[in-house]
Amino acid sequence: MNIIAKWYYRLGAPNWFYPLTGKMLPWIAVIFLALLIPGLYMGLFTAPADYQQGDSFRIMYVHVPAAWMSMFIYFAMAVAAVVALVWRVRMAEIMIISSAPIGASFALIALITGSLWGKPMWGAWWVWDARLTSELILLFIYLGIFALYNAIENKQTAGRAMSILTLVGVVNLPIIHYSVVWWNTLHQAATVSKFDTPSIHIDMLIPLLLMAAAFQFLYLWILLLKMRANLLEQDLHCGWVKKIIWDRRKAHNGGN
Amino acid sequence: MSPVRKKRFYMVLLLLTGVSIATFLIIQAFSQNMMFFFSTTEVKQGKAPADRDFRLGGLVVNHSVQRESGSLKVHFELTDSQTPVKVEYSGILPDLFREGQGIIAKGRLNDQGVFVAKEVLAKHDENYMPPEVADSINKAQLASSEPVQP
Repeated sequence: MNIIAKWYYRLGAPNWFYPLTGKMLPWIAVIFLALLIPGLYMGLFTAPADYQQGDSFRIMYVHVPAAWMSMFIYFAMAVAAVVALVWRVRMAEIMIISSAPIGASFALIALITGSLWGKPMWGAWWVWDARLTSELILLFIYLGIFALYNAIENKQTAGRAMSILTLVGVVNLPIIHYSVVWWNTLHQAATVSKFDTPSIHIDMLIPLLLMAAAFQFLYLWILLLKMRANLLEQDLHCGWVKKIIWDRRKAHNGGN
Repeated sequence: MSPVRKKRFYMVLLLLTGVSIATFLIIQAFSQNMMFFFSTTEVKQGKAPADRDFRLGGLVVNHSVQRESGSLKVHFELTDSQTPVKVEYSGILPDLFREGQGIIAKGRLNDQGVFVAKEVLAKHDENYMPPEVADSINKAQLASSEPVQP
């Protein structure tokens, strides 16, 4: 069996996925903290103040990574949706439904921090420009995916319906990214994610990239926690869950 | 890929294509409404609506800001570097309001062609740098463009 097929079947098998991710979780949390602490410290203390916005620009160290994550998670969900629809992999559906609330949280964080940033700089908490509106729509799509899955009793049907909705919503991603190019908006154009040198000073860029990497590991951490919880809940009466409970109980009793 | 999976894959592609085309058409149809503001040239050409509020965007012309003493009333000009438009506003201006800054004002034109703003928003650009770097860039630009000016 070639290596891709091997991993494909293994990742699809909960009795293999559950203990492996259990071992990975603490390491992911450690990497997250190792990136977050220097990122926050550099962002809040060592990065120089901006020539126009002073210290207020520092909110971008939360706002920008959260906004990036809200789009990255959706993209990852869309890839999983193709896998779920074409290959009928249940694990891909579990990944989508576990990601949706995380993506929604990041979108909400981006909207709230953006609002807090907008009031002093632009002079308004909220404006209906294309960038802000399309990000708000992304939040609603996340909530819609979550609601749809939970509204359908049969999880096979629910997974398929959710995957289709996820794919329909993917058109919003290019709209969010290019909204500041296609239309006149109050939101400024891209600073880092463009085919050009980033228009940000290197001392300000490094903490931003650290925070972006930290948020990736935060997502991975919460995603694995949620996937494990969802798997346990759905497979409550399956053999592999019973075996885990049995092993735990035995270890517990043996420890006493 | 097995024939069944291939068929499902084509269905996924079909779905994505269909949704993309639909979205493209919707955006085309609404593109004018999705513009957040009109430029000063568009306003002078009469493209902006006369009977309702709209937003006007442009840079604040240098040395055009005049404050009336004893009130919050401010007069300034906005330009897209071709056509300036006079603006008046009474209220608190955002932190980033300054000469040369990009501004978006909401309101409508009066009979004299002055834009009476009800709300003024500041637009900032995508560049972030420490003040010293901004200073040295400014100096370099001044040195190369106007070598004689003091």
